[in-house]
Amino acid sequence: MEIDPFIFRLSIFILSIFIGYYVVWSVTPSLHTPLMSVTNAISSVIIVGAIIASLSGVSENIFDFSNIFGFLAIILAAVNIFGGFLVTQRMLQMYKKKKKK
Amino acid sequence: MISANLSALFYLISGILFILALRGLSSPETSRQGNYFGMVGMTIAIIVTFLSVGNFSAGLIYVAVLLLIGGSIGAFIAFRIPMTAMPELVAGFHSLVGLAAVFVAISAFLKPEVFNLGTVGNIKLASLIEMSLGASIGAITFSGSIIAFLKLKGIMSGSPITFKGQHYINLLLGLSLIVLIFYLCKTQSDSIFWRIIEISFLLGLLLIIPIGGADMPVVISMLNSYSGWAAAGIGFTLENTALIITGALVGSSGAILSYIMCKGMNRSFFNVILGGFGATDESSSKLSKEEKPVKNGNADDAAFLMKNASSVIIVPGYGMAVAQAQHALREMVDALKKNGVKVSYAIHPVAGRMPGHMNVLLAEANVPYDEVFELDEINNDFANCDVAYVIGANDVTNPAAKSDPQSPIYGMPILDVEKSKSVLFVKRSLSPGYAGIDNDLFYRDNTLMLFADAKKMTEDIIKSL
Repeated sequence: MEIDPFIFRLSIFILSIFIGYYVVWSVTPSLHTPLMSVTNAISSVIIVGAIIASLSGVSENIFDFSNIFGFLAIILAAVNIFGGFLVTQRMLQMYKKKKKK
Repeated sequence: MISANLSALFYLISGILFILALRGLSSPETSRQGNYFGMVGMTIAIIVTFLSVGNFSAGLIYVAVLLLIGGSIGAFIAFRIPMTAMPELVAGFHSLVGLAAVFVAISAFLKPEVFNLGTVGNIKLASLIEMSLGASIGAITFSGSIIAFLKLKGIMSGSPITFKGQHYINLLLGLSLIVLIFYLCKTQSDSIFWRIIEISFLLGLLLIIPIGGADMPVVISMLNSYSGWAAAGIGFTLENTALIITGALVGSSGAILSYIMCKGMNRSFFNVILGGFGATDESSSKLSKEEKPVKNGNADDAAFLMKNASSVIIVPGYGMAVAQAQHALREMVDALKKNGVKVSYAIHPVAGRMPGHMNVLLAEANVPYDEVFELDEINNDFANCDVAYVIGANDVTNPAAKSDPQSPIYGMPILDVEKSKSVLFVKRSLSPGYAGIDNDLFYRDNTLMLFADAKKMTEDIIKSL
């Protein structure tokens, strides 16, 4: 009997939770704020769904109800992607070591 | 147009790059590189999506323009936002992720054939469950984050809003969501789908309003986690590996942060979520309070004490963030170092309004990160330290957490400020901290209270140094 592809995705999901668990515990507490802003940026990879939603079925009518939701989602996710990565970058630039004399 | 298999492999690569992005944060040295990995992963995911749709028609222009608009707004915010506003920024960003998840789910529900989920009115069962869960968690994340944002920004009062039967209403809403999702699967009806989203919005609002300002570190972490689960739900719907991996990473990251924050307060997750902490606590200690004498000092006294000390530990708290005193504080420390005083910083896990809040502010003020220590790294040093300079922190230093089993914060790990030879408290008044309890430390012989705004007091001390 063939295995449902859903099971494969579920496996990826559960393994990723474990990876996340171990990786996040190794994050130093002083970088917890950048951790939040960068997780925020990467969770905006949801933009792929938004792009598919808004690029498909364009031949008929681009301002279809469902396309419009796709467009809105693209704007929101793009704000997050750029905002999230750049603000993380800005924060990380500030973490400096003591200058050795 | 590239094949579905090839694009799936590219999505896997983005997922791995995202893991490396988080891995980089294990030390400040590798963190910047990690962030670049994250950006590359995102770029790959977006380009692959364009290629896999392959329909380079009029729609592409719109998408590119929208990306640009959103991107410039995001970049503008990222460069302009002051570091003290980081908690509300993160809360705001979470709300956007949540809303984006809702929109994508709506789009998938209205046009399932685009995502290979079946046809309208005949969507695959698994997809229906996944998208309604994604939409529901996304909506909760959105409205909850909006409330968190308003509270952090001070537009809405930070004190808990409670009313009778609150928890039952939430329970009822939660149960009705499950029932509605069940009926959605049976009937595929539009109106039920919209009801699910509406109820989730409402539930998000109601879940966050009873939680007070100082519990925000837990709330932000929790919403961070929710935004991850919402993304994962959508990832299952779209059968997209990058989204599933990311959702799982973010979900567990937020959950771990919430756990660390709860532990820092010695409270259970449910205790925090049920809310109302510090609101109704009319403690009996009020009567005795007025009679106790405190030693009141000024900037000259403080400067004298610290100049003649051999080691000083700084304990920053939310008050420092409110007063924006971090730069003045660094200058004061520089002046002290010139006098040969050894200075370090001690950070409590729940200091401030989000995990790592104090560290970012100190980093902004150019404090080297190897002078900043976590609770368990530095707590033993208080016994050998001459002066503890507590600036804008209160509950996290309260010895009642160790000695008084009646105290609401009993059992919470605290910084052992009381063990240092003398303690300087910069505070605007004698008012109790967030937990609504009196701090015994104020009345000790070796404590000097400095009643002033944190920034002004620190500046005055610099002058007298």
